[in-house]
Amino acid sequence: MISRRDFLQVGMAASALYGAGGFGNWSRLAAQQALTQDQLLQFDTTGNVTLMHITDVHAQLKPVWFREPEINLGVGGAKGLPPHVTGAAFRAMFGIEDGSADAYALTYDDFTALAQEYGRMGGLDRVATVLKAIRADRPDALLLDGGDTWQGSYSALQSNGQDMVNVMNALGVEAMTSHWEFTLGIDRVTEIVESLPFPFLGANIFDAEWNEPAYEPYKMFERGGVQVAVIGQAFPYMPIANPGWMFPGLSFGVRQERIAEVVQEVRDNGAECVVLLSHNGFDVDRKLAADVDGIDIILTGHTHDAIPEPVLVNKTHLIASGSHGKFISRIDLDVQGGEVKEVKHKLIPIFSDVITPDPDVAALIDAERAPHEAAMSEVIGKTDSLLYRRGNFNGTWDDLICNALIEEREADIALSPGFRWGASVLPGQDITREDIFNATAMSYPNAYRSEMTGETLHLILEDVADNLFNPDPYYQQGGDMVRVGGMGYRIDVTKPQGERITEMTLLKSGELLDPAKTYVVAGWASVNEGTEGPPIWDVVENHIKRQGTVSVEPNKSVNVVNG
Amino acid sequence: MKLTRRDALALGLGATAASFLPFRAMAAADEAIAAFTGGAAVGADGITITAPEIAENGNTVPISVDAPGAVSIAVFAAGNPTPGVATFNFGPLAGSQVASTRIRLAGTQDVVAVAKMADGSFVQASSTVKVTIGGCGG
Repeated sequence: MISRRDFLQVGMAASALYGAGGFGNWSRLAAQQALTQDQLLQFDTTGNVTLMHITDVHAQLKPVWFREPEINLGVGGAKGLPPHVTGAAFRAMFGIEDGSADAYALTYDDFTALAQEYGRMGGLDRVATVLKAIRADRPDALLLDGGDTWQGSYSALQSNGQDMVNVMNALGVEAMTSHWEFTLGIDRVTEIVESLPFPFLGANIFDAEWNEPAYEPYKMFERGGVQVAVIGQAFPYMPIANPGWMFPGLSFGVRQERIAEVVQEVRDNGAECVVLLSHNGFDVDRKLAADVDGIDIILTGHTHDAIPEPVLVNKTHLIASGSHGKFISRIDLDVQGGEVKEVKHKLIPIFSDVITPDPDVAALIDAERAPHEAAMSEVIGKTDSLLYRRGNFNGTWDDLICNALIEEREADIALSPGFRWGASVLPGQDITREDIFNATAMSYPNAYRSEMTGETLHLILEDVADNLFNPDPYYQQGGDMVRVGGMGYRIDVTKPQGERITEMTLLKSGELLDPAKTYVVAGWASVNEGTEGPPIWDVVENHIKRQGTVSVEPNKSVNVVNG
Repeated sequence: MKLTRRDALALGLGATAASFLPFRAMAAADEAIAAFTGGAAVGADGITITAPEIAENGNTVPISVDAPGAVSIAVFAAGNPTPGVATFNFGPLAGSQVASTRIRLAGTQDVVAVAKMADGSFVQASSTVKVTIGGCGG
């Protein structure tokens, strides 16, 4: 038995061998020493109903590195509450040992060292093994997908989501809800939905013209003799946060009163257990749970939070199952006489070196990837730095993207959207085309170059900051702050819109931005139809090729106060 | 690439030029409400306004109001240059006192509904509707 300290030393020694391919073997050995598949799956089957929740996979068929955020601020009533707790505070709150497998899976510190020890996470072939094991305990366990499934990788982009549809069907999903799905365009969504062997739920999706429900709001399942209603709630700000022109005619919104009506309807129809399969984001769901009675379980999504215990609000248990295939939540319920008497939950981390891949799903994944394998595996360059995305204000992936935009597009300032999806790349690793697409693959990738005044830039930053830091969660859209290159600023998250952002500074001159002066701004992912420019992955690929090995300095240009 | 100001705002992942209520408009809304109530005291119970938290399109924002027992409901967009939106009158045979419409909002603002009840009293509810161009959904 090798201690963790020994492993860290082994890991350090191995770091010189990345190029030689010694890396995966060390991590597999380390992870298997520390953990076993039986330990990960251990669960005392309870009650009469089992739910299995996976969400925000973002098209990651294979295991990935994914660093959780260091900065994830809560405002108003959510300040200091999960998921707005990170690092050492998170470990203290949930009794997680420093340097443990759970610390690696759930917190950001020492990510590179721990990644070497515990290996990649996720992989839908491993997920399949876990689902099989749960179904062995409880054959009618209900598998629910919270959405953001069909977007986020090279192969999903090339196949218009078909690779994910095929694999999720093989996993046996029984209902899903949605967000990025709609960025495939309404015609493609309709085509897929018609082909799905399960309902695509969205109680809050309406026809914009007639204000009538556009998708099935809920589905009743009989499990263990219990009527379980699963209500779907799609991402509320679909046409605002993503390009509405791709799915014209649909209206979304939180629609709290609608959810309350549907809860009443399913209860009237005999539901003994009510589950909301939600893509609201955690803080929106926390408010919804407080304001709407009668929901037993909310399976949260969108904000990519992984929380090891349910959060109880007004008799509703909120479950947060992470993202990118890193986790599956298992929830066992004892439902008696129309009431949930007991809830037992485990956030199962998918350590890819510990859990044996299911051979059938592994073969299916390889078949889906095969046509793209040559393009995906091409090495574009190398990184000296850990590339990650998550964090409220910046991440090294977006710093790299902003650098690419400034240099390749000859701009003063670069803007990169505050997306929360995108796998990490470890220092010393090659950057493949697949890695670049994991951080950029989506259907409106054009990198624009335009002129904006200092005043306009201020308005943009204020607007996005309010989407994140409005104290009322129903006004939050669930992304992170727009990432900025070439410019620094100060933000006071407690101020109202219009007063949060000050001291906007052009980094190359050190001067404050002049509201009246015009600056050249490059960015990507505009929600406007007809945006011109090369796709962002080409911009990033050219930049990395030119650099050979990229190195991203720590970003200190955002000064956060009252966080 | 030549851009209009509106394009530039949308390109930059969203901005709202009109998120700050002009004081003049607020004063105009107060005056319009006072004209409807005749300056009477206004309660808060018995009226519901339903509006999106964030408008998907500021040019056509669906709202509905419900005030059981009202004889008349007036709707105001407090931040618009002309705040008065509509007044719905209900006769004695009306089955319910519910109305919905779509309104154009110049920017983030409160939408206010005031109902005149059968006994001549007034009740009011309001809802903040944010107008943004957005573009940053995680």
